[in-house]
Amino acid sequence: MSASSYTAPILAADGTPLKKSLSRALRQQKRRALMLIAPLLIFIFVAFIMPIVSMLFRSVENDIVANTLPQTVMALQSWDAETGELPGEDVYAAFASDIKIAAKAKIHTKVGLRLNYEQSGIASLFKKTARKAKKWDMETGGPFKEKLIGVHKNWGKTEIWQTLKIHSSRYTTGYFLNAIDMRKTAMGPQRQAEDKQILLLLFQRTLIMSLVITGSCILLGYPVAWLLANVPVRQANLLLILVLLPFWTSLLVRTSAWKVMLQQQGVINDLLVQLGMVADGARLVMINNQTGTIVAMTHILLPFMILPMYSVMQTIPPTYLRAAKSLGATDWTAFWRVYFPQTVPGIGAGSILVFILAIGYYITPEIVGGTKGVFISNRIAYSILKSLNWGLGAALATILLVAVLILYWAYDKMVGIDNVKLGG
Amino acid sequence: MAALTVISRKPLSFVFCSMAILGAFAGLLIGMALNVAPLGLICGAVLSVGLSFVVLSVMDNEKIARWGLLAFWSVCGLFSFGLAGGLAGILWGWFFGWFVFWLFEGRYRARLQPYLSPKQVLWHFSFRVICGAIFTYLITPIIVVMPLSFNSQDFFTFTPEMLQFDPAGYSLKHYKDFLNNNEWQRSFKNSLMIAPIATIISVCLGTLAAIGLSQSHVPFKRLIMALLISPMIVPLIISATGMFFFYASVGNFLENSLGIDKNFVGYVKVVLAHSVLGIPFVIITVTATLVGFDNSLTRAAANMGADPITTFFKVQMPLILPGVISGGLFAFITSFDEVVVIMFVGSASQKTLPWQMFTGLREQISPTILAVATILVVFSIVLLATLELLRRRSEKLRGLSPI
Repeated sequence: MSASSYTAPILAADGTPLKKSLSRALRQQKRRALMLIAPLLIFIFVAFIMPIVSMLFRSVENDIVANTLPQTVMALQSWDAETGELPGEDVYAAFASDIKIAAKAKIHTKVGLRLNYEQSGIASLFKKTARKAKKWDMETGGPFKEKLIGVHKNWGKTEIWQTLKIHSSRYTTGYFLNAIDMRKTAMGPQRQAEDKQILLLLFQRTLIMSLVITGSCILLGYPVAWLLANVPVRQANLLLILVLLPFWTSLLVRTSAWKVMLQQQGVINDLLVQLGMVADGARLVMINNQTGTIVAMTHILLPFMILPMYSVMQTIPPTYLRAAKSLGATDWTAFWRVYFPQTVPGIGAGSILVFILAIGYYITPEIVGGTKGVFISNRIAYSILKSLNWGLGAALATILLVAVLILYWAYDKMVGIDNVKLGG
Repeated sequence: MAALTVISRKPLSFVFCSMAILGAFAGLLIGMALNVAPLGLICGAVLSVGLSFVVLSVMDNEKIARWGLLAFWSVCGLFSFGLAGGLAGILWGWFFGWFVFWLFEGRYRARLQPYLSPKQVLWHFSFRVICGAIFTYLITPIIVVMPLSFNSQDFFTFTPEMLQFDPAGYSLKHYKDFLNNNEWQRSFKNSLMIAPIATIISVCLGTLAAIGLSQSHVPFKRLIMALLISPMIVPLIISATGMFFFYASVGNFLENSLGIDKNFVGYVKVVLAHSVLGIPFVIITVTATLVGFDNSLTRAAANMGADPITTFFKVQMPLILPGVISGGLFAFITSFDEVVVIMFVGSASQKTLPWQMFTGLREQISPTILAVATILVVFSIVLLATLELLRRRSEKLRGLSPI
């Protein structure tokens, strides 16, 4: 070899140094891959990530008070809410002017509704005041303190002004406090009134029922997965159809089937009455309560437990069990000490999957759950579609989202997102 | 590997004991229905042992004995409970004859390892019975809706006429209602319109991205993958809440600023939402198919002068087509079956079949739902069969399994 080959760079066919030409090829390859992914990435970003972000934003956003009553908010800044004294005439005048403008623009009901979530009665108070305020003359009409108190005596109470001041900031933690049964007051966060405390209970119920559903899925799924993994392939494929058919059947079909089965005049009750196990007058109540939700959701989520368990059990050689037995282990010891530990990854994967799906379920609890068997997701839907308390709905959804993401992180650590399999 | 176990006849006492238990159980069930439980229990046990004695000790000809049992039980059923009882009797008679000889000839041992103890054999079969019960739980709800959808009355349960197989108990009126009712027809059309369009969008974008993702040097691969799969991870209710806020403002913008027809904007919103939900399924199935794809094929094509587009359509596409189609089917069924997001994003004029079923189940409950459910079950069976065929074809193309 000549000495020059140690110093001169190796050249590619076109004369450029090989290193440079290789890195250019690599860059080109990367760019091409990204170009292929880009359309979808942009689509997902616009159509999915942005909605989620807008929801997160919604859960802290609170500019309705500041936008509708700007002068009042300014004037209230100098008022000390904790003294127990009423604010001065300037605040009343500012409010009168604000509500007059709002009434003309017909947006006073919105702000009234917003504040009504915090203190009931404000919506009607705002409506009444706005009706009167439309006729007031801002230049000569004063003093507004007496006038407002004259419209409704509640304007002479400090609580109303405290509520207004607390919720006048553009961003608020109020919805999150509401989501855990607390509320924002002048004296800091406090517990919600007894009769309004429902959300923590719902969170707790969602958690407990999801655990029960996961548990019953493990209990029912384990034997089936074992059977599938230990019979000849041809039989296993046939049996797998019995698992996959429910998996592929429309969710609404399965839910309506359970409604048909579990009703008081339904198939199971009729059968039990026919067999004389249950008296006609004492038919079992299996729907519109927690039993209904658990039975139907276990059925719906069972395939999600069986399939990961099956794919793990398939990889366990049957010779291990035989070896354990030939070394003197009893059936139970061989199973518990040799077979079971190897199936734990499958159980873990299935459980997390079922649990995540269960805590976000909406349709099935809504139809078979009645009032006792509903989840937090039903409350989210109620806030968004019925009570129109969008901020609270967004805050509840955010909490649920965080919980699910943490669980998925655990799932990713355990199984890997890439290993998600669909229907065998 | 079938174990070669020598089977031999079992002692009669064992057979009689087992048959007594079986008979007592069956007798108890019938006795309870007639309110004479203890009598049923005893009669069942005695009858069962008696019949076993006759067929095993007196007749000693399996074929004749089993036909005899079948005839005996079906006549019994026919005279006590009518046509339905007769059918049940045939089934029971067949099972009875099979079971008694299965025990007596020791056939239950035939496929088991010879060294198993009796307790292990008992556990083996009890385990199978337990699994059978779980499979029953899985499949019964789906089976039950089918006959109920032919109910001639507006009940959600089996009427006595149906149980007697009286033709008057059955009718097609719920199917007729589905075909004639405007609400159902409109929602069916909406479903058939929204799902395919959403599927096409997710398949086109998803396949492209999956091909990009499967190349060897992709920066931030894990992050991109996580983002693309996120619509499947996030619970539907949360996606729906987010989309509710965002799509409403987008929709308002399109309607008010650009003056686009309100109805059209509604469909656009729903289709976009549904195609987002379908994308993770396409990505997952297509990347899985591409794992087995031999990249030297594209290089060979390029070597012979094909440009990337020709290579894609002539070489790569035919090979990954099964994966693309099954991903598309997943996306289709996701959209076709979806209720939550569409309830939040869409308006009444975009009502789809599942949404109509949902309102039907919550409010004015009508058995037409069962007719629709039956149609959907048949539909999902067809879909499942298609997927299975595609999977086999894909494995064959990729050479993963012997042909």
